[in-house]
Amino acid sequence: MSWLTQAKKGIQAITTQKKEIPDNLWSKCPSCGDVLYHRELSRSLWVCSSCEHHLRISTDQYLDLLLDEGSWHETHRGITSVDPLGFKDSKRYEDRIKASLKKTGRDDAVVVGRGEIDHVPVGLAVMDFDFMGGSMGSVVGEKLARMLQDCVKERTAAIILSRSGGARMQESLLSLMQMAKTSAMLNRLREEAVPFVSIITNPTTGGVTASYAQLGDVIMAEPGALIGFAGPRVIQQTINSELPEGFQSSEFLLEHGMLDMIVHRKDLKSRLAEVLHWFVDGRDISERQPFRG
Amino acid sequence: MNAKKTPWLDFEKPIVELEERIRTLEDSASLRGLDVSDEVTRLRTRVKTLGKEIFDNLDAWQRVQLARHPRRPTTNDYIERVFDNFVELHGDRQFRDDPAIVGGLAWLGDRRLVVIGHQKGRDTKSNIHRNFGMANPEGYRKALRLMQLAAATGRPIVTFIDTPGAYPGIGAEERGQGEAIARNLREMAGLPVPIIVFVMGEGGSGGALAIGVGDRVYMLENSIYSVISPEGCAAILWRDRAKAQEAAKAMKITAQDALRLGAIDAVLDEPTGGSHRDYAASAATVRARIEADLDLLEAMAPRDLLDARLAKFLAMGIFHEKKSDE
Repeated sequence: MSWLTQAKKGIQAITTQKKEIPDNLWSKCPSCGDVLYHRELSRSLWVCSSCEHHLRISTDQYLDLLLDEGSWHETHRGITSVDPLGFKDSKRYEDRIKASLKKTGRDDAVVVGRGEIDHVPVGLAVMDFDFMGGSMGSVVGEKLARMLQDCVKERTAAIILSRSGGARMQESLLSLMQMAKTSAMLNRLREEAVPFVSIITNPTTGGVTASYAQLGDVIMAEPGALIGFAGPRVIQQTINSELPEGFQSSEFLLEHGMLDMIVHRKDLKSRLAEVLHWFVDGRDISERQPFRG
Repeated sequence: MNAKKTPWLDFEKPIVELEERIRTLEDSASLRGLDVSDEVTRLRTRVKTLGKEIFDNLDAWQRVQLARHPRRPTTNDYIERVFDNFVELHGDRQFRDDPAIVGGLAWLGDRRLVVIGHQKGRDTKSNIHRNFGMANPEGYRKALRLMQLAAATGRPIVTFIDTPGAYPGIGAEERGQGEAIARNLREMAGLPVPIIVFVMGEGGSGGALAIGVGDRVYMLENSIYSVISPEGCAAILWRDRAKAQEAAKAMKITAQDALRLGAIDAVLDEPTGGSHRDYAASAATVRARIEADLDLLEAMAPRDLLDARLAKFLAMGIFHEKKSDE
């Protein structure tokens, strides 16, 4: 059985957890407005059949999509956000954390662990936009840094799938420092010849774009994702005029040399596997000597 | 700059006015040959106590105002006073020279260094030229080029941070603002020479951090450092830029807060009233700190220096951890 069929089976496994999807369950495509039946969507990996818009999928769905069946082992659980600044805007940060914990059932905006992609062992992190807009505070930075440290120790490639509004404002300076923390760890990966692949999905902005998302040895993006440093509204207010068509889309970034490739969700695992096999030449990078440039 | 036109902040006016009175009194007394020394001494004492009263109890927004004070010393003001000589270098060798970041070769006693900093203007014209200290990707790339020159020649690096943030513009996005900042963060973690960072004005977001990954990171007493400007935070979380004062308070934006959070090594004292009241004293503080730090950092083996720098940033963050299953 090829890995692609395995992946498809994985996706079905998720949806069968919710039992059968009723025939009449449907949503409107947020991009083209077409009616999309969920039964159809689960087969197309939640990509709109009319306009190819990639709808948001869950962390579990990405794990199933990307990893060999049964290979996932989540690590560094039980690390959760506190409220170091005593931050309050219209709501208290503490209450926002509680609401997100309840909504997502996750510790914070990222899940990290080990798995295999076409039998290549990897460290993988998947961000979760549903947890406070996928924002990076102390917990996200810490979990990513630990995952990357594991990759150095175990000499496995690292993959981070990003979707994030950026650094989490409610932890202000501490969130900002997570950009330095994760980027400094990625320098260590470089020194140790451990490859890092960044996958950017919709939307990824701010401090996540300005740290690990843009630091992949190879950077992939899903089609039509919003990717940028400053948000489009901020730029519009600053320059006080309309933004060009397609500004800050994956296609725009590819054209400007900021990405290596745009990959349709159905091809994501096969392209990842291809690239990983190039890096690990064989199935194991443990014997490769670090490159000291 | 035209000093007379540069406004004073409301809360520093009582002191400025008192000082003005002392000057007038002394001038007219010397003209008429009168002895007013008792009165002057009395007023000077009053200035001191008033200064202490006001500046020992600043709130977050007053700090923001001081950090952005139009008279506050800029990177070039420090470079002129801290170093014995400086040769400015220009350009990123790829696109253009970004005037929002200055950098070059500097001399300090027997040492040669690379110095880099955000550069704000003094008035409307120079601020437009400097883009209010908001760098484009080419600014960060110039900074990286100069830092790599330092690494290649074994010279230490000193940076000065003073920016509202990286510039949010169409061209900046086209040329990879995120990539430029990200690359600097990673590369700075790997430069095998000492890096000392001074936040001396506004430390605004990734645009500040892009030259801020160092072995020592200091903030001047009235500088600020945050993930986003107070106005930006207010616009997003309060949906109203006018709530910037609340946002500044909520973000714990002051140097004293940054120290408590473990994000910086120390807060450096400013002269009473702020560093704009005495450029020379502020520069002397910075110079003394550079000399003391370099004595220590230059004695470290490059590998130890890099390991310590990584460990320093890995330790940043506050969270709760359940006793583990891993």
